[in-house]
Amino acid sequence: MTAFRAPPKHHEGPVEWVRVHLFDGVFNSILTLLVVALVAWAVPPLLGWAFFHAQWHGSTREACAAATGACWPYIGARIGQIVYGFYDFDQRWRADIVFAFGAVGLAWLMIPRLPRKGWVGTILLTLYPLVSFILLSGGWFGLPIVSTERWGGLLLTLVVAAVGIVASLPLGVILALGRRSQLPVVRALCIVFIEVWRGVPMITVLFIASSMLPLFLPEGLEFDKLLRALIAIALFNAAYMAEVVRAGLQALPRGQFEGAAALGLGYWRTTLFIVLPQALRTVLPGIVNNMISMFKDTSLVSIIGFFDLLGIIQAGSTDLEWASPNVAVTGYLFAGALYWAFCFSMSRYSAGLEAQLAEGERR
Amino acid sequence: MAARARHVWWRDTHWRSIFAQALVLVALVAFAAWLAHNAADALARRHVASGFGFLDKTAGFSISQTLIDYTEESSYGRAMWVGLWNTLLVSVISIVLSTLIGFLVGIGRLSSNWLVAKLCTVYVETLRNIPLLLQVLFWYFGVLQALPVPRESLALGEWVVLNNRGVSVPEVIFGRGSWLVVAALVLGSAAAFALHRWAQHRQLRTGHRPVTWWAMPLLVLGLPAAATFSLGHPFALSWPELTGFSYEGGLTLSPELAGLTAALSIYTAAYIAEIVRAGLLSVARGQREAAEALGLTRGQSLRLVLIPQAMRVIIPPLASEYLSLTKNSSLAIAIGYPDLVAVFAGTVLNQTGQAIEILSITMGIYLALSLLTSALMNLYNHAHRLEGIG
Repeated sequence: MTAFRAPPKHHEGPVEWVRVHLFDGVFNSILTLLVVALVAWAVPPLLGWAFFHAQWHGSTREACAAATGACWPYIGARIGQIVYGFYDFDQRWRADIVFAFGAVGLAWLMIPRLPRKGWVGTILLTLYPLVSFILLSGGWFGLPIVSTERWGGLLLTLVVAAVGIVASLPLGVILALGRRSQLPVVRALCIVFIEVWRGVPMITVLFIASSMLPLFLPEGLEFDKLLRALIAIALFNAAYMAEVVRAGLQALPRGQFEGAAALGLGYWRTTLFIVLPQALRTVLPGIVNNMISMFKDTSLVSIIGFFDLLGIIQAGSTDLEWASPNVAVTGYLFAGALYWAFCFSMSRYSAGLEAQLAEGERR
Repeated sequence: MAARARHVWWRDTHWRSIFAQALVLVALVAFAAWLAHNAADALARRHVASGFGFLDKTAGFSISQTLIDYTEESSYGRAMWVGLWNTLLVSVISIVLSTLIGFLVGIGRLSSNWLVAKLCTVYVETLRNIPLLLQVLFWYFGVLQALPVPRESLALGEWVVLNNRGVSVPEVIFGRGSWLVVAALVLGSAAAFALHRWAQHRQLRTGHRPVTWWAMPLLVLGLPAAATFSLGHPFALSWPELTGFSYEGGLTLSPELAGLTAALSIYTAAYIAEIVRAGLLSVARGQREAAEALGLTRGQSLRLVLIPQAMRVIIPPLASEYLSLTKNSSLAIAIGYPDLVAVFAGTVLNQTGQAIEILSITMGIYLALSLLTSALMNLYNHAHRLEGIG
C-alpha cells in the first residue's frame, strides 16, 4: 500500500502568477527578459516624442522649430480641414448635422436595449442618405451649392466609406446569388465579374474611374468625379462582398432548400424568406470585416487627387507653411489614431457579434 | 376529372430559363456596343490613337530602378517589363519578410508567456487597423526621408548603413568559379534532404532512427566550404564606403524600395499572424495533449505535430494573402517607386493618353498573376486533401 501523501500544493497570488506566466522554464524566462528589454528600449523614446518633448502651444511653424517631439499645434491649426476638407467655412453646420444623425442612428442600432431597430435601420438606409446628400451638396431649399471638389477630410472619408458599404452589400448579394444560379449564362457572367475585380489592385479600378470611364460615356454626359470614384469603389467591393455572402449560402444546410421546396415556395420566396436571412446572419462577422478593409481602402482616393483624411494630412505635411519631418509624423500619428479608432471599434463589434452568434448555435 | 391546366411555354422552366438568359445576353451585348460606340466617338474627338502600336515607340523617360537593361531610348513595352520586374522584386522581398514576422507573431500570440502573447496581440491589433497607404507614407516620408545625409549616416555595425539616400548593405561579388560553390551548395542540400528522407523511412520501418545529425551540416555547409577553399575564395564582399558625399559599393536599396518593403511586410505580417494563429488553433486539442503525453517537448510538439497539421489550414489563405500583398505593392505610386502601375499606368499613360489599352494590359497582368496563384493553390489542395473525407 502506498503511503498517504499530502495533496499537491495549491499556489495563488501575484508571485505565483508571475512565475507561471512569465518565468515558466529557462526559455520563457529569457523571452520575458528580452521583451522587457525591448519595451524599455522602445517605449520611453516614443512616449517622449509624442508627449513629453512635444510642442503643445503656439499656432505657427516657429513654435515647433525647436521641439524635438511631436508638433501638436499643427493639428490644432488644421483641425477644421482635417474634419471637413475645404468645405465652406460658414456651411460646416450642414456636415455637423449629417455627422450627428449618423452617429445617433448607428448607436441606436448597436445598443441592444433600444426598440424599433427595423424602423431606424430603414430610415438610415433610405431617408438618411437622401437628406445627407441634399444637405451636403446643397442647391435645394435655399442651401448654397458646395461642389464635391470642396468636400474633404474625415467627412469625405466617411461619405466614401458609407456609400461603399451601403451600395456594395446588395450588389454583393445579387452577385453571390448569381454565382450559384442554375442559369449557366448568369453564373458565368457573375464568376467573371467577381474574379476580375478581385484579381486586380484597387488603384487600377480607381484609375479606370478617373481616366477611362469618361471615354465610355456619350458626349455631353458627364459624371461628377466623386460619383465616378464611388461607383468604382462600390463595384470593386461588391465582388469581395459577394464572396463573403457566398460562404454563407454554402454553409446553409440542404434541408432548408428542400423544406422550402416542400412548402411549395418558388425561387424568389425561398431566397428572400428562407435563404438570405439565415445566410446573412451567419456571415455577419465576415461582412463587418469586409467593411473594415473597405474603410481603410477609402484612403486610396487620395492617390487620384481627393483630399480625404489621409490626403489632407499628406497635403498639410508638404505645405511649406508647416513642412518638417516632425510635422509629417505628427500628422500620420493623428490620422492613424483616427483610422485605428474606427476600425478597432468595428472589429470589436464584429467579435461581439461572433460570440453572440456562437452562443445561439451552441446546444 | 378536372381539366389539366393547358401547358403553355412561359410556364415551362426550361423555356423560361433559356428566355431569361437570352435576355441577359442581349442586354449585355447592347450595353457593350453602346460603350464601344461612345469610346470610338470620344477617341476620334480627342484625336487619341488606339491600338497597341505605342508599345514599340520610344519611351523617352528614365526609370530610377531597372533590373533589366533600359535606357531612355527603350520602348514603352520595355518600360512595362521594367515595372513588372520591380513589382515582382518588392513583392518577393516583402513576402519573405512578412512570412518570417507573421509566423513569429502568430505563434507568439499563443505563447504561454503572458508578456509575449500581449505584445503580439498589440502588434496585430494596431497594424491591421491602420490603412496600408498611411503606413507606406509614414515609412517613406516620416522615417526614411527624415534620416540624416550620407555623411552623418546611422550605421548598424559595419553591415547596414542608413541615410536619406537609402539603405546600404554589403554585396556579394561572384568571382570566377563561384558557380561551382553554388553547385556544391545545391548538391549538398539535395544529399542532406535525401539522407533525411532515408532516415525517416528507416524509422518508420524499423522503429530505429539512424543517427544523422552530424552529417547534415557537413553536407550543407562543408561541401560548399570545401569548394570555396579549393577554388581560392571566388567570392568577395563589397562594403558600402563613404566617398565624398555618398556611399559607394555594397548594395543600396532606394528609400522608395525600403519604405514600401517595410510597410508591406509589417502590415501583411499582421494578417499572416492571424492566419497562423487560426491554423494552430484548428488542430484538435487532443493532438497537443497526446504529444505532451508522449513526452515531446513544446518545441518538438510544435515542429512535429502541430505545425504539419496546421499547414493544411494555413497554406490556402496564406497564398491569397501573398496575392493581396502583390496587388497592394501598387501603392508604390504614392511614393514614386517605379512598379508596374507607377511606370505603366502612371507615366506611360500620361505620355500616350491611351487609357483603355494601358489599363487593360495592367489589369490583365495582375489577373494573370492571380489566376496562376489560384491554379497552383488548387493543385496544392488536391495533393493535400484528406483521403476518405468529403
